Amino acid sequence: MTLVLAAFDPPYWLETLVKVLVISVVVPTTALILGMVFLFKVMSWMQSRLGPQEAGPRGTLQLLADGVKFLQKEDIAPAGADRVIFKMAPLVVLMSTLLLYVALPASLHLVVADLDVGIFYVLAVSSVSVLGVLMAGWASANKYALVGGLRAAGQLIAYELPMVLAVIGVVIQAGTLSLNGIVLAQADGSIFGWDGIGFPYILTQFVGFAIFLAAVQAELTQPPFDMPVAESEIVSGYQVEYTGFRFLIFFLAEFATAFAFAGIAAVLFLGGWAVPWLDASSDWYYVLGPIVLFAKVMLVAFIIFWVRFTYPRFREDQLQSFAWKVLIPLALVNLVVTAVLKVVV
Amino acid sequence: MTATSDRDQLDALVARAHDNRVNLDFETEGMTLNIGPQHPATHGTLRIVARLDGEEVVSAEPVPGYMHRGYEKLTEVRSYPQINTLINRIDWLGSFANEVPFILAAEKLMGVEAPPRAQFIRTILFEMSRIANISLFIGDYGLQLGGMTAGFYAFRDREHVLNQIEAATGGRFHPNFDRIGGLKDDLPKGWIADTHAAMDKLLAFCDEMDALLMGNEIFQSRTRGIGVIPADIALSYGLSGANLRASGVDWDIRRDACPPGMAYDEVDWTVWTHPDGDCYGRTWVRLQETREAAKIVKQLLDKIPGGPVMAKVPRIIKVPEGEAYVETENPLGAMGYYVVSKGDLVPFRVKIRSASFNNISVLPWVARGAYVPDLVSILGSLYFILGDIDR
Repeated sequence: MTLVLAAFDPPYWLETLVKVLVISVVVPTTALILGMVFLFKVMSWMQSRLGPQEAGPRGTLQLLADGVKFLQKEDIAPAGADRVIFKMAPLVVLMSTLLLYVALPASLHLVVADLDVGIFYVLAVSSVSVLGVLMAGWASANKYALVGGLRAAGQLIAYELPMVLAVIGVVIQAGTLSLNGIVLAQADGSIFGWDGIGFPYILTQFVGFAIFLAAVQAELTQPPFDMPVAESEIVSGYQVEYTGFRFLIFFLAEFATAFAFAGIAAVLFLGGWAVPWLDASSDWYYVLGPIVLFAKVMLVAFIIFWVRFTYPRFREDQLQSFAWKVLIPLALVNLVVTAVLKVVV
Repeated sequence: MTATSDRDQLDALVARAHDNRVNLDFETEGMTLNIGPQHPATHGTLRIVARLDGEEVVSAEPVPGYMHRGYEKLTEVRSYPQINTLINRIDWLGSFANEVPFILAAEKLMGVEAPPRAQFIRTILFEMSRIANISLFIGDYGLQLGGMTAGFYAFRDREHVLNQIEAATGGRFHPNFDRIGGLKDDLPKGWIADTHAAMDKLLAFCDEMDALLMGNEIFQSRTRGIGVIPADIALSYGLSGANLRASGVDWDIRRDACPPGMAYDEVDWTVWTHPDGDCYGRTWVRLQETREAAKIVKQLLDKIPGGPVMAKVPRIIKVPEGEAYVETENPLGAMGYYVVSKGDLVPFRVKIRSASFNNISVLPWVARGAYVPDLVSILGSLYFILGDIDR
C-alpha cells in the first residue's frame, strides 16, 4: 500500500483540487452528523421527548429536509442593511471553519496541510469568525443584532486567552506546535515507564482540558455561554435578520466548528488518531486513524453538548468575570506548574 | 416616526431626548430598545419600551393592550353561565381558578351555598390548576434563562395534572366546570387514586427542579440579588400572590380571608415567604407553593365527603339586585370579580381585578439600573400571563 501511495504523485493543481473538495465535503458532513446525533437525538433523549421521527428511518434525514427547506427560502436583506457586508458576513464565519479543518490530522498522512505551527494556525484562524459575527451584527441595521454582535465580540476575545493558555500547557509538554507532532509525542510516551497506552495528555493536563472545553463552549456561543445569541432576550442576536441559505451557513459553521474543536481537543488531550500497540507509521492508520479520531471527537462533543443542554446561561458581565477572574488565572497556574515540571522532571 | 396624538408625540420627543443623552464617562449615546410586542420573553404580546445606556436599563415602561379582548364589556351581554365560559380565557394556564371567584360572587348574591362535596372538589380543582400553572412557570423560567431542559420537563409533568383535570371535567385547558350552587358533574370512577399518583409525580418533579434549577450555580447567580422588591414597594404597587410573599409579606387569601364556598379550613398547609424579594425568592416561593398545593390536594382527596355536588338552584338563573366582591388566591395572585346585578339575566357590570396587571406595574421601578439580561430574569420571575393583564 505504501508503494502504491508513493507511486501516486499528482501534479500540484490536482492535489490542491482534491484537498479543496475534501474540505468542502467534510465540513457539511460533520455538521450534519453532529446536528443529527446531538441536537436531535441526544437532546431529545436528555429532555425526555422523541425528536424527529418521520423523515427517513427514525428521523435520520430530518436535517437534510431542514436544509432543503432553508434553500427554498427567499434571501432577504433588510432595507437599512449594509448589503455587501451583510451578505459577506456568513461567508467569513464559514471561511474560518473551513480553514480550521485544513490542519486537523486524521492520521500521519491524512491531513490537508501538515503545518509545523499547526496549533498556532488553528487558534489564529478560529478567531477570524469574530470578524464575521461583528460584520453580521453591525450590517443588519437591527438593535438586537448589534447588541448580539458586540456581546459576541467581547466574549470571543475574552475566551481566546484561556484557550491559548490551556493549549500552551500541552505545547510545553510535547515540545512542538505541530498537531501531528503532539499526537506522536503522546503515542510514544509512557506512564512511569509503562508504555501500554502511550501517554494521553489529559492525565497531566486535565485542568487545561477543562479550561479548553469551557473556552470552546464560549467560542461556539453555546449555553452556558450563549449570551450573544440568547433567543429569550435578544432573539438570536446577530443572526436575527438572516434567512434561508445565509442562516443555514451560520448553522453549518457552528456545528462544523464544534466538530473541529472537538477534534482539536481529541488531538491535544486524548491522543488524537493514534491507537496503542500500533506503530504510528503503520499503513493501517489510513483506515483506522479517521475512525479512532471520529470516536474521540464524538466523546468530546458529547461532553460539550451535555453541558449545553443542562445549564442556564451566564449574564454578559458574569461571563466576562468568569473568563478573566477564574479561567485565565487557573490557566496561568497550570502553565507555570507544567513549565516547572517540564524542567525538573 | 408617525405620531398619532399629542401623547404619542410627547413620547417620541422623550425617546429622542433619551437617545441623544450622552454618557459623559464613556461618551456613548443611549438607545431605545423596543422589546415586544412579538418577543419570546414577553410570552404573549406585551411591549416594553426600554431605554438603554450600553447594557444598562435607564427606564423600562410596559405597554399593555395589544391583546385587549374587552371581557368586562362582553360580560354585560352574557348570562351568568355564558360568562363562565368566557372568563376561562383570562389566565389560560390555570383556567378553573378564574371561574371560582366569579361563581362565588354570584353565589353570594343569590344566597346559595354549594354542598360540601362540591366545595371539596372545587378546592381540589382550584389547587390543581395552580399546579398546572406554576409548574409550567418553573420550567419556562428555566427556559428563559437558557436552561432548555427544564422547560421540557415542565411540559412533560404538567401533563399528569392536565390529564386528571380532563378526566374530571372534560376540558384540558378550559374546563367550564364550576356552576352557581355546585359543579357540573361528580368525579369519575377511579379518579381519586389516579390523582394521588399524579400528585406524587408532581412532588417528584418539584424535587427534580430543585436539583436542576434552584441548586444550579449559574441559575443562582442570574437570580439572587436581581430585581429586589422591598415589602413596602410591593405593597404600594398592589402586588399579590407569590410576588408579595417573596418580599416577606405573609399574606395569603386562602388562609387569611378565604371566601365561603372553599374547603381550606379542612386542610393543614404552610404559607411560605422569602425575606429577599429577589428573582430567586419569587421562584423559590412558587416552587414551595406547588408542593403545598400537591399536599392540599392529597389531603382533600382523603377527606372528600359524600352527597350531592349541586345545590338547589332555579333552571334559569336570575341574580337578585345587589353588589358583591369576591377575591381568591389564584395562581398568579389575588383575583377578584366585582359583580353588580340589577336583578336581570345578565350582570349590570363586572369589574375584573386580575393579578398580573398589578404585578407587572412594578416593572418600571424594579428594572431601573438593571442590565438587559436581568430584565428577562425580572420579567420572568414576576410571572404574568398576558390574558391576565389585558383581559
